[in-house]
Amino acid sequence: MDEPLHQALSLLPQRLGWHVALSASALGLGLLIALPLGVLAARNPRLRWVSLSLAGLVQTIPSLALLALFFPLLLLLSGLSVRLTGHGFSALGFLPSLLALTLYSMLPILRNTAAGLGGVDPAVVEAARGVGMTDTQRLWRVELPLALPVIMAGVRTAAVWTIGAATLSTPVGQTSLGDYIFSGLQTEDWVAVLVGCAASAVLALVVDQLLGLIERGVGQRDRRLWIAGLAGLAIGLVAALAPLASTALDRGPPAYVIGAKNFSEQYILAELMADKLEARGARVERKINLGSAVAYRALAAGEIDAYVDYSGTLWANVLNRRDNPGRQAVLDQLRSGLKQRDGVVLLAPLGFENAYALAMRRDKAQALGIVTLADLAAKGGGLTMGGDLEFFSRPEWKSVETAYGLSFKARRQFQPTFMYRALASGEADVISAFSSDGRIAADDLILLADPKGALPPYDAVILIAPQRAGDKRLTSALAPLAGSIDVRTMQAANYAVDRDTDKLGAAQAAKLLEGK
Amino acid sequence: MTDAPIAIAVQNLGKAYDGQSVLSEASLSIPRGQFVALVGGSGAGKTTLLKTLNALITPTTGRALIDGRDVADQPGPALRRGIGYVFQEVGLFPHLTVAQNIGVTPRLLDWPAERIAARVDALLDLVDLPRDVATRLPAALSGGQRQRVGVARALAAEPSILLMDEPFGALDPVTRVALADDVRRLHETLNLTTVMVTHDVGEALLLADRVVVMAGGRIIADAAPATLLTETHADPRVAALIDAPRRQAKRLAALAGSRAHG
Ligand SMILES: Nc1ncnc2c1ncn2[C@@H]1O[C@H](COP(=O)(O)OP(=O)(O)OP(=O)(O)O)[C@@H](O)[C@H]1O
Ligand SMILES: [Mg+2]
Repeated sequence: MDEPLHQALSLLPQRLGWHVALSASALGLGLLIALPLGVLAARNPRLRWVSLSLAGLVQTIPSLALLALFFPLLLLLSGLSVRLTGHGFSALGFLPSLLALTLYSMLPILRNTAAGLGGVDPAVVEAARGVGMTDTQRLWRVELPLALPVIMAGVRTAAVWTIGAATLSTPVGQTSLGDYIFSGLQTEDWVAVLVGCAASAVLALVVDQLLGLIERGVGQRDRRLWIAGLAGLAIGLVAALAPLASTALDRGPPAYVIGAKNFSEQYILAELMADKLEARGARVERKINLGSAVAYRALAAGEIDAYVDYSGTLWANVLNRRDNPGRQAVLDQLRSGLKQRDGVVLLAPLGFENAYALAMRRDKAQALGIVTLADLAAKGGGLTMGGDLEFFSRPEWKSVETAYGLSFKARRQFQPTFMYRALASGEADVISAFSSDGRIAADDLILLADPKGALPPYDAVILIAPQRAGDKRLTSALAPLAGSIDVRTMQAANYAVDRDTDKLGAAQAAKLLEGK
Repeated sequence: MTDAPIAIAVQNLGKAYDGQSVLSEASLSIPRGQFVALVGGSGAGKTTLLKTLNALITPTTGRALIDGRDVADQPGPALRRGIGYVFQEVGLFPHLTVAQNIGVTPRLLDWPAERIAARVDALLDLVDLPRDVATRLPAALSGGQRQRVGVARALAAEPSILLMDEPFGALDPVTRVALADDVRRLHETLNLTTVMVTHDVGEALLLADRVVVMAGGRIIADAAPATLLTETHADPRVAALIDAPRRQAKRLAALAGSRAHG
């Protein structure tokens, strides 16, 4: 079989299993809440209005944001619970995903339950009272059975939405089919993206069809149809969950959890760290594609044991510093600052920086005589600046802009991949770049020098969670990585993953770093 | 008959929707075993009165008593299980078979399954429906068949009181007369107290022991059929109502006579 496809498919059982586990639990919980609420809402117009408005409001929050919002909330609750009961719970992964998806699944169920019950012929409802049914008997024997086809249609919609939105649980650290999509988009591994999309679409389609069978079965009062639908769902559920159960039984809980944010370099470094630990016989779980803000908090809360972050990011976002006392001073102050603030250990700078920089095509820079940011300020008035989606709102941009007095003809925002394409095609003349990006060497770009030190240093550093600070196995496995990776090596590894053809997986690219 | 205990009594009963009175100052006393027909124009308040008797409608004023007890003082479901009610709109449960529809109140009363099955068969015979409709859904019945199932359902739990709101509306005249006779016979054999709403004054006069005439939410006449037919009525609405079938019969006789002689 085709190598990338083979690689992608080998991960399918786990990812599909988790995706199904997550969607099914969210749908189940959503049913458990929305169904009774819908029954009450059908009888009480005010409750109906309030609950439908709230559910509708939830629906307008972009699902990615909804998922992300639950992480800090749960972290807070977990902290509170630790203080009150001495026991916390994981704010990362399954729980925030489950809660967000449950909220998300509720609207169609709620709406259709209320509408279905409201649509039962009043003459039949009165007849139910007339023959001597109590309110409860009327609900169970007459109203619910008659409303069931409408309710089932709502459940179907909810199921399709939930399965689709479950792909977004990847950034909060929950394995799902979204892993394919998020990593694949980052590394332009289109095979992975396609596998993720196809698997989630097929899953949604199959579940929709089976629920449709149940819907038709209850609508036409054909017992065989809905029993077949239910059986199909049950068999599918068991089959999808089997790989999870078997790994859980085989291996027990993982010994270490290595985190990574959502870009190629992070995947590679996570694989590198995991490799070192596995070489020492430890079991490792990877939580990749964490949101940038999620990763540090997850580490501080002990949800993950180690990950790589960058000094400038920590400096600005964790310590809230805007000054730039120089590369070494930043590292020193971070080491003590993080320890003191969160008990987080800054283990080792890896030896390279992944700094924000402005990049230009070499030919264009030479033609214009631009070498530094100061040159750019002087000669760049007619140029177009391209930034990644967050660059122009970052403090780094404010800082360079004011330090050098930069001004451009136009400013445009791009998804990183397209930003490099835009630079190549001349749609952008200057772009925001990361100094360890493999495309810098490959596309023959130059990074503009920063003589005023407006951009903070971004040394890649391994961070260790507070509760692992004294873990000898972990620190002795990872400490040798200190200073072992120079920027060219990292660029080459990144490029091996990011390039269009002949791509390597993150784990293979990690081997390139170890070779050095 | 007047010595029989009072099965149904309404005292000064009134009902208003949003201050709009649809039933007022209705008083009635129905001894056990009586067959009462309730007639009157559309919107006269017949259904409203009938539904207050089994507490489907809560009256605004006055009270309704069944066997001497105010219906408002009793739990509704238990009360209604003891009173057969045939709805004007029939109201069969569309998701239940004919047998399940008929057996619904016995099931609520926890009758054993065999007793329910036997009762369903007996009732199908009684309302003259073939046994094989038992497994059908109401959607697979004609309008008249549905009405018969409605009557059977009302009788299923062997009530002592039967309230019927135009039970024969969708039947052809022949079946209608036959089923009406059946119901009257049933009324005797089961020793029922029956109140039947009907638009057909002739049917009311022929079938009932007593005819109650309503108009504009009030009872405007209440007498035995013979009395209604022979007395002159102060209220022209009563006279018009009673005269209608008589005039119709005369014209039919005249028509038949002219044909016979012509
Ligand atoms: N829920 C309600 N709200 C407001 N008005 C109502 C309601 N139910 C009945 N009415 C009104 O009360 C009046 C009496 O209605 P009712 O159903 O008792 O008439 P009826 O004698 O049974 O008429 P019909 O022979 O057409 O069935 C009518 O004018 C009707 O519009
Ligand atoms: Mg009526």
